[in-house]
Amino acid sequence: MSADLTRLTAAELSARLASGEVSSVEATQAHLDRIAAVDGDVHAFLHVSDHALEVAAGIDRRRAGGEALGELAGVPLAIKDVLVTTDMPSTSGSRILEGFMSPYDATVVARSRAAGLVPLGKTNMDEFAMGSSTEHSAYGPTRNPWDLDRIPGGSGGGSAAAVAAFEAPLALGSDTGGSIRQPAHVTGTVGLKPTYGGVSRFGAIALASSLDQVGPVSRTVLDSALLHDVIGGHDPHDSTSLRETWPSFAAAAREGATGQVLAGLRVGVVSELPDSGFQAGVSASFRASLALLEAHGAEIVEISAPHFEYGVAAYYLILPAEASSNLAKFDSVRFGMRVDVPGGTVEDVMAVTRDAGFGDEVKRRVILGTYALSAGYYDAYYGSAQKVRTLIQRDFDAAFERVDVIATPSAPTTAFRLGEKIDDPLQMYLNDVTTIPANLAGVPGISIPSGLAEEDGLPVGIQFLAPAREDARLYRVGAALEALLVDEWGGPLLDRAPSLRQAQGPDRQAQGPDRQAQGPDGGAR
Amino acid sequence: MVSEISPDLVRHLGVLARIQLSDEEVERLTGELAVIVDNIAKVSEVATADVPATSHPILLENVYRPDETGDMLTVAQVLQNAPDAADDRFRVTAILGEEQ
Amino acid sequence: MAKVALMDFDEALERFEPVLGFEVHVELNTETKMFSAAGNPAHPAHHDAAPNTLVAPVDMGLPGSLPVVNETAVRYSISLGLALGCSIAPSSRFARKNYFYPDLGKNYQISQYDEPIAFDGQVEIELADGTLVEVPIERAHMEEDAGKLTHVGGATGRIQGAEYSLVDYNRAGVPLVEIVTRPIFGAEHRAPEVAKAYVAAIRDIVLALGISEARMERGNLRCDANVSLRPRTPEGEPAAPLGTRTETKNVNSMRSVERAVRYEIQRQAAILAAGGSITQETRHWHEDTGTTSPGRPKSDADDYRYFPEPDLLPVAPSTALIEELRSRLPEAPAARRRRLKAEWGFTDLEFQDVANGGLLAEVAETVAAGASPAAARKWWTGEITRVANAQGVEAASLVAPAAVAALQQLVDAGTLTDKLARQVLEGVIAGEGTPQEVVDARGLAVVSDDGALIAAIDDALAAQPDVLEKIRDGKVQAAGAVIGAVMKAMRGQADAARVRELVLERATQ
Repeated sequence: MSADLTRLTAAELSARLASGEVSSVEATQAHLDRIAAVDGDVHAFLHVSDHALEVAAGIDRRRAGGEALGELAGVPLAIKDVLVTTDMPSTSGSRILEGFMSPYDATVVARSRAAGLVPLGKTNMDEFAMGSSTEHSAYGPTRNPWDLDRIPGGSGGGSAAAVAAFEAPLALGSDTGGSIRQPAHVTGTVGLKPTYGGVSRFGAIALASSLDQVGPVSRTVLDSALLHDVIGGHDPHDSTSLRETWPSFAAAAREGATGQVLAGLRVGVVSELPDSGFQAGVSASFRASLALLEAHGAEIVEISAPHFEYGVAAYYLILPAEASSNLAKFDSVRFGMRVDVPGGTVEDVMAVTRDAGFGDEVKRRVILGTYALSAGYYDAYYGSAQKVRTLIQRDFDAAFERVDVIATPSAPTTAFRLGEKIDDPLQMYLNDVTTIPANLAGVPGISIPSGLAEEDGLPVGIQFLAPAREDARLYRVGAALEALLVDEWGGPLLDRAPSLRQAQGPDRQAQGPDRQAQGPDGGAR
Repeated sequence: MVSEISPDLVRHLGVLARIQLSDEEVERLTGELAVIVDNIAKVSEVATADVPATSHPILLENVYRPDETGDMLTVAQVLQNAPDAADDRFRVTAILGEEQ
Repeated sequence: MAKVALMDFDEALERFEPVLGFEVHVELNTETKMFSAAGNPAHPAHHDAAPNTLVAPVDMGLPGSLPVVNETAVRYSISLGLALGCSIAPSSRFARKNYFYPDLGKNYQISQYDEPIAFDGQVEIELADGTLVEVPIERAHMEEDAGKLTHVGGATGRIQGAEYSLVDYNRAGVPLVEIVTRPIFGAEHRAPEVAKAYVAAIRDIVLALGISEARMERGNLRCDANVSLRPRTPEGEPAAPLGTRTETKNVNSMRSVERAVRYEIQRQAAILAAGGSITQETRHWHEDTGTTSPGRPKSDADDYRYFPEPDLLPVAPSTALIEELRSRLPEAPAARRRRLKAEWGFTDLEFQDVANGGLLAEVAETVAAGASPAAARKWWTGEITRVANAQGVEAASLVAPAAVAALQQLVDAGTLTDKLARQVLEGVIAGEGTPQEVVDARGLAVVSDDGALIAAIDDALAAQPDVLEKIRDGKVQAAGAVIGAVMKAMRGQADAARVRELVLERATQ
């Protein structure tokens, strides 16, 4: 019974909770058991809640008392450690915030709690969300459930791996340049980055303020839609959050699953993102999905987005610049790590602490960002990058005059091996070439599984992009294609993932996710 | 326009960013950043004078809140993660620089 | 410390032309802070808050926290810009000023950089003799204040030699408007006066708008004075280039502004005359010694790396809003001065006395509370200013106008003599309560009971029996001795005129 519960989607689990067939305590226990069994290998979690069962019991009591509860009430939820929580530490994957207990909950966390979701724990991530592989976590990498020697994507590798390994049916993630969508692609799961401003950033530890968005991570399109309905909408605490009321995304997903949305749907393919240059299996899977869409009435249109090729460069100027400012608050004074310097000034303490507390990738980007903003360089670097942003928005505007959605592979390659790209930052940055434009322009993007690459049997995702505020369109189209693919496969793609070794007996204790992990370079930190 | 990334520049940036970089870090960063900057410098190719900058992806303006109290933390909450505190205030060692 | 050479002021002015500039920071008295809903300590309701009790997440830079703009603070800033004769920007943005300091919650200050909300204005100020000076305003922009540091363990409570420092973030995020002037030329010998009058004028404006408590001693109004000198050139020749300027901070009263400007002119002149050069630096004013000293040398880390604040959206006030605020502006200080002068009926000198002391608002409020203009002026420019100078504080900080009016009422009613009233004022200033409360507590009321007076007169006459005889003989002034004795016996708490009446009555019995 317990193993069955973890294989259910959130929508399926929610139906059984509503009918009384299953209790939230049972569902939560099943997932805690799964975490204990496999997370020693996967390392998706940095912290597992010690009171999840209490919360679940509370939901069960309220339901038994006749209270009308939301659709996701009682369903377990994993939370990316970039989101602050009052009852569990929030580290953003960094040593400089080890043990940090926020006095307030992120808005999306508060809304999730209010909807009755049961937080299971905080998931691993690249430090301060800087990375595409979760190898830059100060607490050790997360491993891809499909192949434990490979990366789960980043920066939100923990959340994606957690749902891919059936440790949670739902997770919260954040996406600044692809940190939800690229992990979805390499783990065979679903993730969506909302329109900028669609979901509150209040309580999401800031990386690049004009690029960050919080979004859902799940195994199905409907599940992401259900979670998005809970967390989205205007937040007075976030000045950049949009004021409009959104349609129900779950309704959009259900509508999409009927398939009717595909007839006459115009799907754009960007000529400046030639998937012919991508890994062969990725390209093949992408093309196969496009063919499937066409076979069901969609029209594939070649479009030009001439400035997309400058996207990575612009991104790696805007992000470090904003990040260098956002990370200045970590200075040993009010919270976080402090390294004492006997006889030193506070300036010394700040500098030594930041050197000790930040990892290499963070330091790289902070120094780069400081450079991009400094006197004499602003116009050439940050200023120019903001102009590229305008040009990319114009490319999108022009494209969406001719198409309803844009389709791309979610990343150029399948999951690479741990350690393969860690010494070449530039190579690492190129992982984000298809996902970055959406963050620069503020438009929404979704990644859903499109198949397995022939050469290595690893998951491939297809990304759809829609105009700003048209998140519902992505749920409709995503659900439609998902339905066709699952039908073709005879079941979800994740059914084909290798079974994970389950730690038993005394082993189980030692393999808990809170064991001291080593740093990404192998040495203890 | 393209500025040479030198160890001196990297050291200076480390001071601005309050990160104490070791000699090894300065050397490594100099090399890495030079390569990265070469690749991102191309943004200025298309960023001509007639193109306006976009600082916010979605255009909004006049976003305010009313002048009413709310949101305040208790002293205990303010100090709950303080590395060092005394008299309900954060404590830091001697300060070198001036207030701005 | 080696004695700093100063050139005689007049000599300095002969050889050099002083150029002034001011940056005044005004703390707005909104209920909440600029970017958070925490209580604003610059608002009277939150003045005495305990440390770190007025802190919202964004004020201390908690991870994930975000700023949200206070609508009232924006309205106040626009009103101030309009009152300064400025144009209001149709759209302006906030920017981050990045630097590290323990009193900053986020290690950046949200300010405005190249897009201030108000720009290109002017303020007319009036000097003692009625001379009008127009001070050009370059800009006024919105920003947030930093927290408060207390240095512990050093000799003077200053940074140097401190063992450690304590940080209180109550003040972090308080709304500020920074007003920056363009260089002020032509002040010449009156430069120190101009400085003081300018700060007084800003104070008048913000008080009239009701947007700040404007108490310099509380830091509601802070002035940084910029001074530079350039050598005078012969007539017909072009002016010398502007000299290097210094910026003097820690100027906590209007009197200090005047003294600091004067001092800097003298100090810089001495250096330049000796062939030296002025270091561009920030200097501290020391009230006790009347001197400035160099601040710490600026580290190379003063590249603020300004960029538009991504967490906030542009401020784009509509024309309708601007016109609404413009229509609500109180009359300009110059017009107000002319009106008050006419209403009060003072002589030019009497009026200047009040204006010079920065006491226009105080006198006006005292009149509004019921006192006559003459009485209000008498108190404010007389006894209250005397006490203020002795204590080294601003007159306005000592006592409320309503209390002064109440005090005068007691004099008018005969409850107090002028002399007694001064004692009562002392008590009010010391915080003993309202004038009536002080009178009651100290038992200072004039005795109005004739019976008591007659008893005292009897005593005095018994000691000086020949007085009555002298009065009957026509030497009325002899009564003086009895009156004096009675006043002494009554410890001054008698109406001398009434005593005289009673004595003379006696004489006719």
